[in-house]
Order: sequence, then structure tokens, then C-alpha cells
Amino acid sequence: MSTETPLIGDFHAAPAANPLGGARIGVVTFPGTLDDRDAARAVRLGGGTAVPLWHADESLQNVDAIVLPGGFSYGDYLRAGAIARFAPMMNKIIAAATAASGTRLPVLGICNGFQMLTESHLLPGSMVKNDHLKFLCRDQVLRVENTSTPWTSQFTEDELIAVPLKNQDGQYLADPATLEALEAEGRVVFRYVGENPNGSRNGIAGVTNETHNVVGLMPHPEHAVEAGYGPDDATGMRSGTDGLTIFTSVIASLAGGAQ
Amino acid sequence: MPRIIVEVMPKPEILDPQGKAIASALPHLGFTDFSSVRQGRRFELTVDGEITEQILASARTAAAEMLSNPVIEDVISVRVDDEDAA
Repeated sequence: MSTETPLIGDFHAAPAANPLGGARIGVVTFPGTLDDRDAARAVRLGGGTAVPLWHADESLQNVDAIVLPGGFSYGDYLRAGAIARFAPMMNKIIAAATAASGTRLPVLGICNGFQMLTESHLLPGSMVKNDHLKFLCRDQVLRVENTSTPWTSQFTEDELIAVPLKNQDGQYLADPATLEALEAEGRVVFRYVGENPNGSRNGIAGVTNETHNVVGLMPHPEHAVEAGYGPDDATGMRSGTDGLTIFTSVIASLAGGAQ
Repeated sequence: MPRIIVEVMPKPEILDPQGKAIASALPHLGFTDFSSVRQGRRFELTVDGEITEQILASARTAAAEMLSNPVIEDVISVRVDDEDAA
């Protein structure tokens, strides 16, 4: 990509000359969503066009993919992501992600978005409170174990990436049969490296569905897309931009035709 | 107003971190008789008018599909609240 990364604090729209700017990625805002703006910015930095979507609306506005950002939708009342599942926009997303014919909509759920995807049964398992009961915020190393999804196509198999982790209900659970199937089918997309930060079964940080178009993960790639604001890496403090590859991956997948 | 009570508990095989934290805090206040605690939820669904079998069935469906997450929780009971009957 020849597009220059916009300056930090530059709130102008992404350059119009961007060759992949045609990829329209919807970012859904629910009441209590926190990371929608960071997710939209990550889409723009990745070379796509971010389309803001509102939870109560029913039009997907012809987007090519969807990001469900993190936060505390509806105050996490009932269970994290449980009320969001019933939003009109979610019904549209569920239908588009599981369409029987044609291209299934790529959907990425981050943190609370991952919780919405499990509550919607688009992804198996569920999240409960961290085993140590504390809210945890730190940079987290993950191993990318599945590069066949539209969201991970530009990673190399078993690539290690560092992105922020910040949650309280981050412990991934599923029954033993489901875990076995996820492992056997290679549907664990991201796994925690080093100490398990929250007691997640098998160190699972992110999974995909049977058709690989829906991916959910607990850590936050959208917070590691811009030098100056990412995790520390070998090149300097806050320089890590490993999360950006998620967004360039989906845009490249869309540009390359149906996944 | 007639009410339906729905009780939901974490599945027995799932470690309940909140219950565990409460169990470890109890002895600090002198409550030493309890070896473990599990924390669940109680919902009170108020109905305008009489609770019919149909409404009760609808509460059971809501309990299974929304008030609980079958991956991590069990619906323990869905019943008419008798305490208000008098």
C-alpha cells in the first residue's frame, strides 16, 4: 500500500486515492460500546472504509464485513453480550453471517463483541469471569494458529503477535466435546502465549466458526494499529502495530474475491 | 401482582469464581460453618392479570433462551410465586 499512515490526531477522512478504499467495513455501536472509534480508525488505517452502524437499525448498508467492537453493551446486564444479541442489527448480522447461499458475511467480534457472538451462537462456548476475579489490562502475546479466515489471512501460521488485553469476563469455557472439536478442526484462531491470563480453557483467546467467516477474540487488535499507541516492541516503546494485520487481512480477502 | 420466579445457577462442573470469592471471605467475618458457596440469579417476572399455563410456558422458554446461557448455566426452577397469593 502506498498510502501514508495519517498523522496521530489527524481526524480527516482517509485519503480518497486508496486503492482498497472500496472495502466497506461496518462497525456496530451499541449503548455502552467503548471501542467503536478505535475499531473504525483501525479499518481506515488498514485501508478500508469504516461504516458506522447503530444497534437499533436494521440496514447493514451493504457493508462487506462487520466488526463488533468491545465495551460493555447494555451495561453487561444479564450476561456480557446477552442483551446485544437481541438487537435488530444483530439479527441482520446473524442472518448475513450464516446465509445458506452466496458469500457469508465476515464478522469479527472483539472482547464484548466476542461475547455477543457466543451469546448469538455464531461461535461455540461462553465467557465467564476471569478465574482470578480481577479486571486485567496488559499487553498480551498471542499465537495465530489459523490463517485460513478472512481476518487472519495475512499472518503466517503460528506467528506471535502482541496486542492489549483488557477485560473482566475473559475466561473462555466450552464443554469438553466442543473443545475437542475446536482443536481437531483447527478452529482455535488465537491462543495465549505464556501465563494464561484468565483461566481460559486450553489457553484459547479466539475461535472461528465452521465456515471460518466469523472470528471472535478477547484481546484487542484495534488498539495495536498505530505506532505511538500500541504495545512495546523491539523497535521501541508503544511501537507495536501487530493488530493492523487483522484489518489488512480482511480488506485483502474482500479485494481478492469471496473467501 | 402475580409473579413468576425463575432461578438460574452456574452449571455444577463450572467453577464459580464469584462463589469462591464469597466462600473465602466468609471466615473473615466469623462465618466458619460454610465450606463452599455458589452464586446464582433469581428473576421475578411480573404478570398483569392471571398466570395461565401459557404464560408459564412462555416464562420457561424465556428462561431457557434468554435468562440463562445453556453453555454455562442451568435453569433450576420456573414457578409461580406463592408468597403474594394471600
